[in-house]
Amino acid sequence: MRTLMKGNEAIGEAAVRAGCRCFFGYPITPQNEIPEYLSGRLPEAGGVFLQAESEIAAINMVFGAAGAGARVMTSSSGPGISLKQEGISFLAGAELPCVIVNIMRGGPGLGSIQPGQADYFQATRGGGHGDYRTIVLAPCSVQEMVDFTYWAFELADRYRSPVLVLADGVLGQLMEPVTLPPELKPDNGNKPWATTGCRGRKRNVIKSLYLNPEELEAHNKKLQEKFGLMQREVNRAEKYRVEDAETVLVAFGISARISMAAVEAVREEGIKAGLLRPITLWPFPEGILQSSLPKAKKVLVVEMSAGQMVEDVKLTVSGKLPVYFYGRTGGLLPSAEEIQTQIKLLEVKVSERSLCQA
Amino acid sequence: MNAVFARPRAMTEQKTHYCPGCTHGIIHRMVAEVIDELGIREDTVGVAPVGCAVFLYNYLDIDMQESAHGRAPAVATGIKRVLPDRIVFTYQGDGDLASIGTAEIIHAAARGENITTVFVNNAIYGMTGGQMAPTTLPGQFTSTSKAGRNTQSAGFPIRVSEMLATLEGATYISRVSVHNPAHVIRAKKALLKAFTVQKQGLGFSMVEVLSTCPTNWGLKPTEALAWLEEKMIPYYPLDEVKNRLEV
Repeated sequence: MRTLMKGNEAIGEAAVRAGCRCFFGYPITPQNEIPEYLSGRLPEAGGVFLQAESEIAAINMVFGAAGAGARVMTSSSGPGISLKQEGISFLAGAELPCVIVNIMRGGPGLGSIQPGQADYFQATRGGGHGDYRTIVLAPCSVQEMVDFTYWAFELADRYRSPVLVLADGVLGQLMEPVTLPPELKPDNGNKPWATTGCRGRKRNVIKSLYLNPEELEAHNKKLQEKFGLMQREVNRAEKYRVEDAETVLVAFGISARISMAAVEAVREEGIKAGLLRPITLWPFPEGILQSSLPKAKKVLVVEMSAGQMVEDVKLTVSGKLPVYFYGRTGGLLPSAEEIQTQIKLLEVKVSERSLCQA
Repeated sequence: MNAVFARPRAMTEQKTHYCPGCTHGIIHRMVAEVIDELGIREDTVGVAPVGCAVFLYNYLDIDMQESAHGRAPAVATGIKRVLPDRIVFTYQGDGDLASIGTAEIIHAAARGENITTVFVNNAIYGMTGGQMAPTTLPGQFTSTSKAGRNTQSAGFPIRVSEMLATLEGATYISRVSVHNPAHVIRAKKALLKAFTVQKQGLGFSMVEVLSTCPTNWGLKPTEALAWLEEKMIPYYPLDEVKNRLEV
């Protein structure tokens, strides 16, 4: 059955259906519908909703609940996610599973409450201190908000790692019909490492401190092996008309939806364009991008930032093709028409181009 | 032959890493004894702070989590909300609780979070090497107040127990000391009450324990005990600061 839902509320419902019975958060625009929805839904489902005194407290409550074996989630936006970075580093270091949603807004600083995608670096490079990465999933529709939230819990438990859902203010506020997944029973079992009181077993200690350098290096090696495993196992992207494309666009989230419309429009005019939409931003789907360029002569990256994912695209393309960039910031969305113009500019002789090569 | 003294079941055989004359060891042992006496070893989850007591989990034979600096009350909240029938406590120093973690402790108490906090106040940052703490006394010498704490520029030490006692959610708050055996016995009773408050589901409980740091105070262990009694107690009076339900 299809239900009409707002993106943020859909995330809340998907979390409950994934067996999450625990949410800790702090109000910030444009993600407020997530805590608002869950403040009613979770108590109804016998779960815990707690509005924390701060973003920092919220992520540390997530730490405690995750360590106690629960499926747990928090959500925020740019400035709040920055505050949570301490906790995310500790969660990664202590190998605790949880889901963190970032409904991105414009930055830096207080920025704006309009949509943005400029938290890409923060999300895909770990974000906090120390050597760690988190899986980052980028939905581009309300249906994907649902599906990826659901999937995020599964990945978090599989790898004992925080998983980020990285969307933006447009997707958070967007209303679309969705099909909701089946409701899983909340299952805090099968986590023999959780601190639940040492009934009939040796005590469990959850920590990230290793003062002995050899021990810490061994711990880091173990973490890096896990991140390597994620890179091999978690790669997802959507290809759109790339088979014969001479200009391949790369965009994620709402930018990808707009880019798709631009690709369709220029195709009408006979320009062979295509789109690769990364779904896992980390691990970055390098292999899928490489296989999306059979006829490509150039790549155009479109983001709502001053250019962040473009660095991963350039690393992947590795100098074999020119990589161009088009971005809007400040909470502005690139229009399909603007993107079409950029694609057409790339058709013009290099010497006549006003567009900068990224 | 009857055993008159033994290691509490809730303690491991870990050798101490604390400095000579440090009173953390006494406080650790009291917590272990209370856990034994209440029969809650397998039902308890502790939260260790950042600071000298981060290694609490090496000494207590119970499930434990290590928290980020000052965040132990938030971590404990997460645990307790998931496992409301377990006993959850934090063990925090004064830098951890009264400086970087001020918001977390105030709001845990304000919510009446059904957890227990053991607050060890030694008026200095121990692990980082003796810097000024929020509880450092006026005029007290530390590595970041070399001429003595100047209240004109560094302000005044915080009486955390009195401050938290104003909050409706706080059920039991007591300040005790461990500078001599008589006070150790009183401190133990306060800890027993605090954990009992939680066991009965009555709300937030905290015991502030005045403690020594001979190494960073620059005093011999015996001098440190005397300094605690002469200097700290007048500023931090020993009292059952709050016992809302007359436990």
